[in-house]
Amino acid sequence: MKELIKQLTAVYGPSGREHSVADVIESLVKDKADSVRRDALGNLICEIKGTQDKRLMFAAHMDHIGLIVTHAEKEGWLRVHNVGGINLNNSRTRRVKFANGVEGVLCEQALKENEKSALTTLYIDIGAKDEAEALSMVDIGDIAVYAEPAFDVGKNRVCSPAVDDRCACALLIKLLNNLPEKRPTIVAVFTSQEEVGLRGATVSAYSVQPDEGIALDVTIASDTPELKINAVKLGEGPAVKIKDTRSISNPGVVKRMIDAAKAAGVPYQREVLPWGGTDAGAMQLSRGGVPVGTLSIPCRYVHSACEMVDMGDMDKALKLLIEYVRV
Amino acid sequence: MDLKTLCELRGLSGREDAVRKAVYDVCVEKLGKENVSFDGNGSVIAVRKATDKALPRVMLAAHMDEVGLVAISATDEGLINVRTIGSVDPRVLLSKRVTVGYGDDAVPGVIGYPPIHLQSQEDYKAAPKLDKLTVDIGAKDKAEAEGKAPKGTHISFDTKYTDFGDGFVCAKALDDRVGVFNLLRLLDAPYGGELIFAFTAQEEVGLRGAYAAGYRAQPDIGIALEGTSANDLGDTPDQFKVCIPGQGPCVSFMDHSSIADHELFKLVLKAGEAENVPHQIKKFIAGGNDAGAIQRAGAGAKTVVISVPCRNIHSPASVCCLKDVDNQLALAKATLKHLMKG
Repeated sequence: MKELIKQLTAVYGPSGREHSVADVIESLVKDKADSVRRDALGNLICEIKGTQDKRLMFAAHMDHIGLIVTHAEKEGWLRVHNVGGINLNNSRTRRVKFANGVEGVLCEQALKENEKSALTTLYIDIGAKDEAEALSMVDIGDIAVYAEPAFDVGKNRVCSPAVDDRCACALLIKLLNNLPEKRPTIVAVFTSQEEVGLRGATVSAYSVQPDEGIALDVTIASDTPELKINAVKLGEGPAVKIKDTRSISNPGVVKRMIDAAKAAGVPYQREVLPWGGTDAGAMQLSRGGVPVGTLSIPCRYVHSACEMVDMGDMDKALKLLIEYVRV
Repeated sequence: MDLKTLCELRGLSGREDAVRKAVYDVCVEKLGKENVSFDGNGSVIAVRKATDKALPRVMLAAHMDEVGLVAISATDEGLINVRTIGSVDPRVLLSKRVTVGYGDDAVPGVIGYPPIHLQSQEDYKAAPKLDKLTVDIGAKDKAEAEGKAPKGTHISFDTKYTDFGDGFVCAKALDDRVGVFNLLRLLDAPYGGELIFAFTAQEEVGLRGAYAAGYRAQPDIGIALEGTSANDLGDTPDQFKVCIPGQGPCVSFMDHSSIADHELFKLVLKAGEAENVPHQIKKFIAGGNDAGAIQRAGAGAKTVVISVPCRNIHSPASVCCLKDVDNQLALAKATLKHLMKG
């Protein structure tokens, strides 16, 4: 699982540019799936027939946050805008990379007295001497992402940008490889553009028409100093989402997730997130409405270059999901 | 139908009637009545059937509605309290002439403000708040004001379309009558695939018409023709200029409502270069438009936006360059041509 996470987080894929991630995932799942297709927004939709008519959609998003180039200045600095929830505190003097391999440093300009930090005070230095050289290296509209490679932390933890939500993509791939015989029809959707407003899940839920939708995503682990957002801790098992700002999980789904955790013999946590949302929010509102839930992977430093997850949580989440889909 | 006529028609979000009628008549004349319809939001949908069904089905969209004000109550002195329809900065409203109501019931009005002699230092320094602005229609009391402008009456900018400088125009509602103007000129554009022309309602209040239009048509590709904000004057740093009137229509890679399909974005740029159509990339992330709705309606569509740079957008006196308007049309045609090449 850890190697798969590292493989997936190494692939370039900010919101709107997920095709390379989809290529890798497709190569890993196509032998297992009865059908694989992509849609207009770049969702990768894999269907595996089950022994039941019920259609269960899983959504794990391929995209992650980035910075899109809006302007090149005469001196060669690239001005940027956020793609998804960029945290300024995580963005000063950061190594970043573009799809074509160009690397640079994301910096903040020297601030005048009383000037506030904003996205417009950030720029990327790609080592170009002027505007012409900068635009020979990248185009306006190209997207940079944090460039840190994945690395191990402690005995059983891994850090990387794009852990949100490639770790859940890895989880979903593993699930497709470990499905029980008796199960509903599984539609695994590796979604696009979650970070800019659940856009891929909105259209894929419409075309998939599931009977139930489960989002697989990270959630904030509030176990670091002075952080008190929710009651979720790293390493204490996957979190069953009760509510965030985009969805209230269906109580039946929540109960069956907890039953699955018990059947699998793994610990679980209950999650209430006071802000944020997952693809479940989009699936829930599709067509006439869909019962949804989210299984969350506790994650420290979400939306940074060092998003950290615990491999024990990942393994437990997989066991829980196998039980969840068992009929 | 010329741009002057379209800009001078009045149609705030939800009351696009005058624009709708004008658009409908042209569509019926060019495509036949059987191919033109309204939907529940009042969008006009005109369909041109494919001669080559292998080509993508393309929705071209422009919104009919414009921003303005709505009457919410009247004061005892006969002044009308207002709220905005769509986003309008109160600072652009001071001492402007407006038209209150539609059709035969319409009356002229003016947005008053205390003269400079009577303002306190604080008033003078602060931006006016919308709830301090009222529309004066010359009514002697509340009863007369409410008689002429009942709650819910739309109030639009009263600006004549004026040629301006060298090849520019000044008008209200350039956003998005430029798009409507070009959409009408595209009714006979060369393209073998099915074309769905969506003249949408209620864009300015949240892309509402386009959601329904996109859902019903389920196109493969959506192209929004828009007016967008140019911020090129004064000492604006380059990174905030967004785009420059006169340098061609903007192609957007992203705004607040959508990320353009990257291949489609590149195809539009390539088409512009191949067909020698001046164009520019919109260099700032701001605003949103019908592409965001078309992209996410139903099973989704690939979208891109081509927009005419407009100074003073969402004000009574927007300014754009007529060459950019013509080149928006040319770039849309070039894009269709390159879609046919595949």
